[in-house]
Amino acid sequence: MKEMMQKLRDTSLKAILESQDPETLESLRVRYLGKKGELTSILRQMGKLSAEERPQMGQLANQLRSEIEDSIERRRNELSESLLEKKLLLETVDVTMPGEKKHLGHKHPMYNVLDQIKDIFIGMGFEIVDGPEVELADYNFTKLNIDEGHPSREWTDTFYFTDDSRILLRTQTSPMQIHAMETKPLPIRMIAPGRVYRKDEVDATHSPMFHQIEGMVIDKGVTMSDLKATLNLVVEKIYGKGTVTRFRPHHFPFTEPSCEMDIQCHKCGGKGCPTCKGEGWIEVLGAGMVHPKVLAGCGIDPDVYSGWAFGMGLERLAMGEYKITDLRLIFENDVRFLEQF
Amino acid sequence: MNLSRKWLNEFVDLPLEEYDDRRFAEAMTVSGSKVEITEDLSGRIRNVKAGRVLSLEKHPDSDHMFVLRLDIGTGHPVQIVTGAWNVHVGDLVPVALDGARLPDGREIHAGALRGIDSEGMLCSLKELGLTANDCPGAEIHAAAILGDYHPLKSEKPSLPADIQAGDRVFREVYAAEVRSVTRQDGAWSVQLSCGSDSLRVSSRCDNLHVGDLVAWNREKKKICELEDLHAQQSEFPHCITDGILILEDVEPGADIAALLGLDDHVVEFEITPNRPDCLCMIGLAREAAVTFNKELKLHTPAVEARAGGNIRELADIIVEEPVLCRRYTARMVRNVRIAPSPAWMRERIRNAGMRPINNLVDITNYVMLEYGQPMHAFDFSCVKGGEIHVRLAREGESIRTLDGTERSLSTSMLCICDTEKPVGVAGVMGGENSEIVGDTAMVLFESANFDGVSIRRTATALGMRTDASSRYEKGLDPENTLKAVQRACELVELLGAGEVVEGIIDVYPAGRQETCVELEPEKINALLGTEISTEKMIGILERLGFTVDGTTVHVPSWRGDVEHYSDLAEEVARFYGYNEIPVRFTGAISTCGGFTPEQQCERRIGEVCRSLGLDEIITYSFISPGYYDRINLPADSLLRDSLRILNPLGEDTSIMRTTILPSMLEILTRNYNYRNRESYLYEIGRTYHKRADGLADEPKTVALGAYGPEMDFFVLKGWVEVLLEALGVQDIRFRSNTGTPYYHPGRCADVFSGGHFLGTFGQIHPLVMHNYDVESEFYCAQLSFEEMFRLQGETPVFRPLPKYPAVTRDISVICDLMVPVGEMIEEIRQSGGEYLLDCNVFDVYTGHHIAEGKKSVAFSLSMRADDQTLTDEHAEKIVSAVLAGLKDRFGAIIR
Repeated sequence: MKEMMQKLRDTSLKAILESQDPETLESLRVRYLGKKGELTSILRQMGKLSAEERPQMGQLANQLRSEIEDSIERRRNELSESLLEKKLLLETVDVTMPGEKKHLGHKHPMYNVLDQIKDIFIGMGFEIVDGPEVELADYNFTKLNIDEGHPSREWTDTFYFTDDSRILLRTQTSPMQIHAMETKPLPIRMIAPGRVYRKDEVDATHSPMFHQIEGMVIDKGVTMSDLKATLNLVVEKIYGKGTVTRFRPHHFPFTEPSCEMDIQCHKCGGKGCPTCKGEGWIEVLGAGMVHPKVLAGCGIDPDVYSGWAFGMGLERLAMGEYKITDLRLIFENDVRFLEQF
Repeated sequence: MNLSRKWLNEFVDLPLEEYDDRRFAEAMTVSGSKVEITEDLSGRIRNVKAGRVLSLEKHPDSDHMFVLRLDIGTGHPVQIVTGAWNVHVGDLVPVALDGARLPDGREIHAGALRGIDSEGMLCSLKELGLTANDCPGAEIHAAAILGDYHPLKSEKPSLPADIQAGDRVFREVYAAEVRSVTRQDGAWSVQLSCGSDSLRVSSRCDNLHVGDLVAWNREKKKICELEDLHAQQSEFPHCITDGILILEDVEPGADIAALLGLDDHVVEFEITPNRPDCLCMIGLAREAAVTFNKELKLHTPAVEARAGGNIRELADIIVEEPVLCRRYTARMVRNVRIAPSPAWMRERIRNAGMRPINNLVDITNYVMLEYGQPMHAFDFSCVKGGEIHVRLAREGESIRTLDGTERSLSTSMLCICDTEKPVGVAGVMGGENSEIVGDTAMVLFESANFDGVSIRRTATALGMRTDASSRYEKGLDPENTLKAVQRACELVELLGAGEVVEGIIDVYPAGRQETCVELEPEKINALLGTEISTEKMIGILERLGFTVDGTTVHVPSWRGDVEHYSDLAEEVARFYGYNEIPVRFTGAISTCGGFTPEQQCERRIGEVCRSLGLDEIITYSFISPGYYDRINLPADSLLRDSLRILNPLGEDTSIMRTTILPSMLEILTRNYNYRNRESYLYEIGRTYHKRADGLADEPKTVALGAYGPEMDFFVLKGWVEVLLEALGVQDIRFRSNTGTPYYHPGRCADVFSGGHFLGTFGQIHPLVMHNYDVESEFYCAQLSFEEMFRLQGETPVFRPLPKYPAVTRDISVICDLMVPVGEMIEEIRQSGGEYLLDCNVFDVYTGHHIAEGKKSVAFSLSMRADDQTLTDEHAEKIVSAVLAGLKDRFGAIIR
């Protein structure tokens, strides 16, 4: 009997080890360990053994059962592992093939830049206001301290709708200063981006329609010091931390004192290069303290309130940001252009 | 405005060595006079020296070149080969040495010409960037040298090839040989031999050399030039009136750049329109003096006026338009001697970017550059009646201006006239009829103040913006006219250009209007955010020419731009330093920034459009009226009532759009023509609609537009649906629109939220596509932004997630072909009751097995209850109700 068991052990373990798929393995299990299996039939002969041999053989038989069971389990794991491996190999794809891309739309590059500016100002407590493009000369000029006879009022420069030069297409976003002062409760912190129109023929740097961003603050105790602090912060946000700025006197009829703000040329660090036309500085915006006469004209007491304002061109900013070389591209709307941004 | 640094030093001590261009430009710019460009003029001409001709020999291998040895002051003579004929031994000439640079950018290098070494090149006027006006007396005359003769037709020469001295050329003209040439009193004394005769003659021709054969006119006693022989240039190719510049009064070795006044730096300023006082040397010198804290040295002109008589006896000035001409000051000069002005004046004028002409004209330009006051000189003998009338032009009057152009004048143009006719366009340009010419004997100097706007309009209307008009148009200081005319007369005496007549006519009806401003230092500091002391403020103002009397600031006459304390604040800030003003937030921010709900809605729409794959476009607000025809808009359409620009750039941008569609179609067409395979675009743009008050309503439209292989009506409709759903717009309905001329009548729909119209979308009508010459299908939508914003949904309220599973049932019915599926879905929703969750169309079929005029429509219904699992019975009940509803309303039967 011991020999029979030894033989069963040898053949079963060999067969298990040589089995190639889970089905064969299962049939081997039935064959050796099943109710009618070979081990069972060996055990049936236990009755013939002596009382002292019986426990000994019983122990051997149990050992053999668990040895075969373990072997089957081990083989089963081996087989399922290799099966998985084969399956994975079959499922392998060429990962260098291009992905299936969803076509996403693109924001116009100029509005990308505008949104960046809006975010900066909103973070500083500014609201965004919008106003008419078909405007009264009164708002576009007179209330901004731009007298009759000023060259910008000429029909060669401004688009008019009426013979008496009363209604026009706004030439600047500055009338939004007046609208805001006339309608909004004080204090005011606002920017007003929008379309403006001037009689310029289309070329690489001119367009009869373009965009400006107006900004204005009216509050008690507002000074040129504030203007500088705020605009420095804005420019740092746009052009990066550590951007060097300078302010120099300029002239706008509706601000006094007036200034222009330059940033030091990022390309040459102020030494002078083609980008900054050798000047070392690049002009970014015009600004100034709201002229007390303009304040008074809007019913705000300049002895109590003061304010500052700025204006900047959006096209130039976007062209600088994306190194766009021709303004015409902005209004051409070629999808090959739009989808670059 | 171009500023000569050398000239500036006359007013402010700012030596170039100490204040280099960069330092000067930076400081001037930050104090308010913006420097555009600085140029070291000496860089224009480099390594060109004066040389004295020591010897001159014919080139052994050339019939027209010479080999010269020149002393250039180094002790080692240089050898130059030249083709120029006007150089003689002893002449001083400009020599461009090896490595020299000329104004046209050319570099000169040593080399060899026909085998002979040449260490450089001799320069002509033109090569030095000059004209005869820059160097009076540098004109060159050339004799026709017979040895240079090249017949027009070789078989019929006008001169025999073997012509000898003494032979007759024609009539009284004989061939003669040059035996010697010597310079004498600015001309040449020439020894000629003509046959047996030997004679000494005088000639102005600069190209004569010993041995030359020339044509001698016995009668006129003249060595013939080209025109004397009636010859053409090609017959005497080397007889040209261009040649080497002959220098005078200079040592060999002298630097030519310095000699021409190019040892100067020029600074170009961009002056803001409020500061016309800075459009001259004195104005900029004042700014520079304050900027660098230096003394300003001003000169008061003094006139001796030694000529007899008085201007009042000779002339009368009548200002008929005192508003347009605030002041007219005049002086007179007699016994005028027109000549070139001296080198120093020519240099200054040239370095300021103008051209020297003659002493009188140069004086007027010089005074304009120095004082900023435009001046004019009239030939007084041409002023009829001796009267100057400042008046508006009369109907039909015209004038030929100094540039030789006949100009008709309009009655709004201010003119300077005599008793009969205009002799100048005030402040713009003088007339040819009173121009200073070589024999002008009596001159009237005009130094006047004209209204800026009037001058600008006249100059613009005549298309001639001049140095004078561009100054006048900014509004000049009337106090300046007298100083300027005095300075002009002083210069006349200094240059010996004539004798100044005693007396001044000065018509100044309104007189000086002084401006005073209260000095309020605390207000200035409050505006600037500074703590500048009153003393410091007064110091700055006084150095700028203001006078401060207690708290009253008297504004100088040239500062018409200053009239308010804020103007004083700017003056103080400019010289305190804009960049010295502290950078500091002075108050707590008491406003709350952010987007308005409307702006947030617009941003949301943009986001959804982009996630649908649409690119944003920006189009012009103005369009061509022809665009309405292109979209086949009926002639009586209200949309044609556009705001019209009265002075458009062109027809294409002449009206404000009332619909955004043509803009979208234009961009789609452009992309199509660029052969872009597909385009998906959106724009949120305004349209402009006339209002009773003349202004406009400017509502925004959301426009979608696309073409491409994947496009059809339902892709477009899907975009509209997604967009509206994303905004939470409720009860979205569609209705077929067959009556919009620019949309395909069978593929166009209106979209509503309940009863509110939101917009129209569809395929563009093939006839419109034909107008755009595009063989494709465009799909567009126009949705009202304002309505979308108004009808957008409330903030969503959370609904508990379903606890019980949904049941689905598919049904398929047959109905008339024309029954709209949308209405069937509506019916299903109604008859399905509360448990019907959703209803989708998954098949619409016509053809085989379906009767003519019928269609089969298959729906998938999903049902669910929130409080129980629906049983089959429940589901069957709902399906039966739905089928009954479809049958009742559309006669649809189950398939």
